[in-house]
Amino acid sequence: MTTRYLFAGFGGQGILFAGKFAAYKGLMEDRQVSWLPSYGPEMRGGTASCSVIVSDEPVGSPIVSHPDVLIAMNLPSFDKYEQAVVPGGRIFLDSTLVERPPVRSDVTVTAIPATQLASENGIPTLANMIIMGSVLKAMGEFGEDGVLAALKKVVSAKHADMLDANLKALKLGAEY
Amino acid sequence: MADKVLMKGNEAIAEAAILAGCRHYFGYPITPQTEIAAYMAKRMPKIGGTFLQAESEIAAINMVYGVSSAGKRVMTSSSSPGISLKGEGLSYLAGADLPALVVNVQRGGPGLGGIQPSQSDYFQATRGGGHGDYRMIVLAPASVQEMADLTVKGFELADTYRMTAMILADGTMGQMMEPVDLELTVTPPPAKPWAATGTGMKRPHNIINSLSLVPEELEELNFARYRRYAQIEEKETRWEEYRMEDADVCVAAFGIAARVSKNAVNEARKMGIRAGLIRPITLWPFPKVPFAKAAGQVKEIISVELSMGQMIEDVRLASGCRVPVTLCNRAGGMIPTPEQVLDAIKRAAENGGAAQ
Repeated sequence: MTTRYLFAGFGGQGILFAGKFAAYKGLMEDRQVSWLPSYGPEMRGGTASCSVIVSDEPVGSPIVSHPDVLIAMNLPSFDKYEQAVVPGGRIFLDSTLVERPPVRSDVTVTAIPATQLASENGIPTLANMIIMGSVLKAMGEFGEDGVLAALKKVVSAKHADMLDANLKALKLGAEY
Repeated sequence: MADKVLMKGNEAIAEAAILAGCRHYFGYPITPQTEIAAYMAKRMPKIGGTFLQAESEIAAINMVYGVSSAGKRVMTSSSSPGISLKGEGLSYLAGADLPALVVNVQRGGPGLGGIQPSQSDYFQATRGGGHGDYRMIVLAPASVQEMADLTVKGFELADTYRMTAMILADGTMGQMMEPVDLELTVTPPPAKPWAATGTGMKRPHNIINSLSLVPEELEELNFARYRRYAQIEEKETRWEEYRMEDADVCVAAFGIAARVSKNAVNEARKMGIRAGLIRPITLWPFPKVPFAKAAGQVKEIISVELSMGQMIEDVRLASGCRVPVTLCNRAGGMIPTPEQVLDAIKRAAENGGAAQ
């Protein structure tokens, strides 16, 4: 099985980090993975996105133009990529920042007020991981061991104190 | 797979270079290869190496010339416009028969161009870039693992044949992360009796120079260099064939274009079209053998490139114009989609061999 993820939002929302977490989770599970960021001047305060592929087979092109799963953390990203999602695919929205309903009716849309939940729970920088918790739950991949192993890979030793906060965010999203 | 780590292609090049024994890096920042310099800046001081951000690309390549003259493994990296600036130095390295590793993480051109991925420096890499009769060994990685593996290989080939090896990557390869296994097998550098390391008052001076004013002598230097090149063509050509056994449509692609093409080949196979892929790993020496073979087997060869069509000329030469060779491309920083390649394969399968 191959799952193609597209993460998109503002620079600073932790888009690349969330993607890296998803890739590491795949790696921890002995699956094939690739992670490809958008790069360039648009990253400074503008939009950021990254393509992540998790597969049981070697990954061909690392570029995701038609995602199975879209994580849209702001309105411009949702506007830009909603139509790109494959029919039958999934969209996860940060409904604090995406105020319009989806146009597509052939995909499963999960709206979660991630930014609001993050600030209410004292982890204002972790809306990205709240939405990831929701993604993993919906896809039946929220195994705490795998999640923790992947977190340990992406949260650098320097910020080890952030492990618990990240785990809390993931659980908030999964239980929402 | 527990020992595998996720790394950016650029970082994999830097770490592999260090593992290969490179302790001298000279460069000047440019997107999309800056992570190589950043990685070296962090690591080199900790392992007794030298990271130096030169005042320009030209200065950096000449520092490479200097360290190589002293017999040490040395590298520089840049992206397209920066490599043009290094052109003179590349020619001087060739003229002085000095080994070096040069990395080009290509971006769209010409001129300052853009910063998105491209393969439009194929001509520059395989035909010279600087003046004079010379070649570089050009290695084209198509995964982060190959970014590491071919970096080590590049140092080894450069030392063996006393010439520049170039890693010709692109922005996608540099920026993407994939699992990489860094348990690399490294052959230590050979003895370099020609290096300028001090005579110890025991031998004549070794002179590193690219100036030769006697034409008979300069001609012989060129002849000797091309005898070495002939050996390289014979021994060091590398490529991958994918589903070519029974193929009647062949896709030719390297680097990121090969990754995209693999998806298209797999999709075509699902539709019952017998498509295959030849992926050159060395761009010089170019893998002529598989294309000569394909010319007697397939209806059409499709060259998939992130350029206006450069490798296609080598594909045509290698296939002896016995079969139509067509181009499927994007340029300027755009990347062909698997759908675009699949359309080209479908067209070739339907009327391959017919007029283009």
